[in-house]
Amino acid sequence: MPQSDTPPLVEIRGLRFSRGSRMIFDGVDLDIPRGKITAIMGPSGTGKTTLLKLIGGQLRPQAGSIRVDGKEVHKLSRDRLYALRKQMGLLFQSGALLTDLDVFENVAFPLREHTDLPETMLRDLVLMKLQAVGLRGARHLMPSELSGGMARRVALARAIALDPMMIMYDEPFTGQDPISMGVLVKLIRQLNDALGLSSIVVSHDVAETVAISDYVYLLSGGKVVAHGTPDELGGDQSEWARQFLEGLPDGPVPFHYQARDFAEDLMAGTEGGRE
Amino acid sequence: MLDGLQRLGQAGLRFFERLGRGHILFYYILAGIPSVLVRPRLLLQQVYSVGVLSLLIIVVSGLFVGMVLGLQGYNTLVDFGAEESLGTVVALSLVRELGPVVTALLFAGRAGSALTAEIGLMKATEQLSGMEMMAVDPIKRVLSPRFLAGFISMPLLAAIFSAVGVMGGYFVGVGLLGVDEGAYWSQIQASVDFDDDIINGVIKSLVFGVVAGWIAIYEGYDAIPTSEGVSRATTRTVVHTSLAVLGLDFILTALMFGEN
Repeated sequence: MPQSDTPPLVEIRGLRFSRGSRMIFDGVDLDIPRGKITAIMGPSGTGKTTLLKLIGGQLRPQAGSIRVDGKEVHKLSRDRLYALRKQMGLLFQSGALLTDLDVFENVAFPLREHTDLPETMLRDLVLMKLQAVGLRGARHLMPSELSGGMARRVALARAIALDPMMIMYDEPFTGQDPISMGVLVKLIRQLNDALGLSSIVVSHDVAETVAISDYVYLLSGGKVVAHGTPDELGGDQSEWARQFLEGLPDGPVPFHYQARDFAEDLMAGTEGGRE
Repeated sequence: MLDGLQRLGQAGLRFFERLGRGHILFYYILAGIPSVLVRPRLLLQQVYSVGVLSLLIIVVSGLFVGMVLGLQGYNTLVDFGAEESLGTVVALSLVRELGPVVTALLFAGRAGSALTAEIGLMKATEQLSGMEMMAVDPIKRVLSPRFLAGFISMPLLAAIFSAVGVMGGYFVGVGLLGVDEGAYWSQIQASVDFDDDIINGVIKSLVFGVVAGWIAIYEGYDAIPTSEGVSRATTRTVVHTSLAVLGLDFILTALMFGEN
């Protein structure tokens, strides 16, 4: 766990969660420090997005506790949970922009829903948020007219509209060209430092994520397999950490999906009784 | 045999589970209505997309249904020398039955399917989830306004359908077939009773409005968030709404006009 004097913003203890018979988290302990960028990495299917939904209170754990700013998320009443969510931003992989509203109205959406600001002030606020992500000029475009990278930046502007204390990024770099990747990397770092946020970045893009994070957790098989600052992880000699960070095709995560012996399989002749 | 029984049991359980989820959602939709009333703009937008945009299909269908009623009614009545009663036949069939029922069926095809697809896609593209994370309740913000808009639009659309239908009957009966104009209108005036016919027709439309809106919204909200899931949900909306409307129409007709 990262060493700090102040209590962590998110504190996860003994988290267990399964979908059907598949165990996604089996006793996960995590601390997300305040004011820092914490990366949670792991191969696809390790439940990284699920973890963000658990922190946001959209899913319920089967066991264990998740505390955000000292409040246990799953014991809060609906009203208190919604009050807490106003202080959290979640950036979905798809952006999740409202397709019937233009860029301006998308960013204005949380402000219109939760505040009673006069129109001129609301306009100023929205333009400031859009300026921060460099898309003030795109405010009249509809979501269908945006590229993937622009959609994520609009979603980011919307996520910071209510000045939250933390932002969770779900795979922010997936499917981005090098330029928008660079823009997003810069924005995440800049916004975190300028607005005094705490950020959680869930990703499997090792180079970009390690470059901006202050602390990294590696998840696999429902457990935390390694954690530390990027430098500490660079020196981590465990086979698993090496395979993931260096992108080796075979290792503790095998290249082959579990199957019976190859020679035996070829000799079987037909597939499951089919002629 | 045992397998068959097991499958039957599973299907039964799934059916009741869906029914239960549907009722819980219905309760939440109703609970969200007060917050819609405070924001009339949200409601007006939906009345526009659910009601106003359905006007064309309603007016055109109403006109043709009225014209066919005029033609068929005349052909039957003329055998008995009773063609002066054409106004009664056209107006009563429209106000009591065809207005509410055909409007509800058209509504399911035009607006219900659109509601299901819209809500299903909002779910598939994480827009509903995104709203929840922005501390905005999607039931209050998205579902309740759409439900209320359907409830308000349905009787208005049915009334327009009936009125246009009466005009269609007039064009064919009076304009083409030579029924006396004064007889057409005075027969309607004399035979259509406000309480028995018009109010009962409005009650039917309101019930159909609740059912059509509820089914469309539930199917969208409960859809499997994939393109196949949304397409299936859209089909189910049209099929289930049509069946529910026809079944309920029989029950309501029996209750309202059964004693006559």
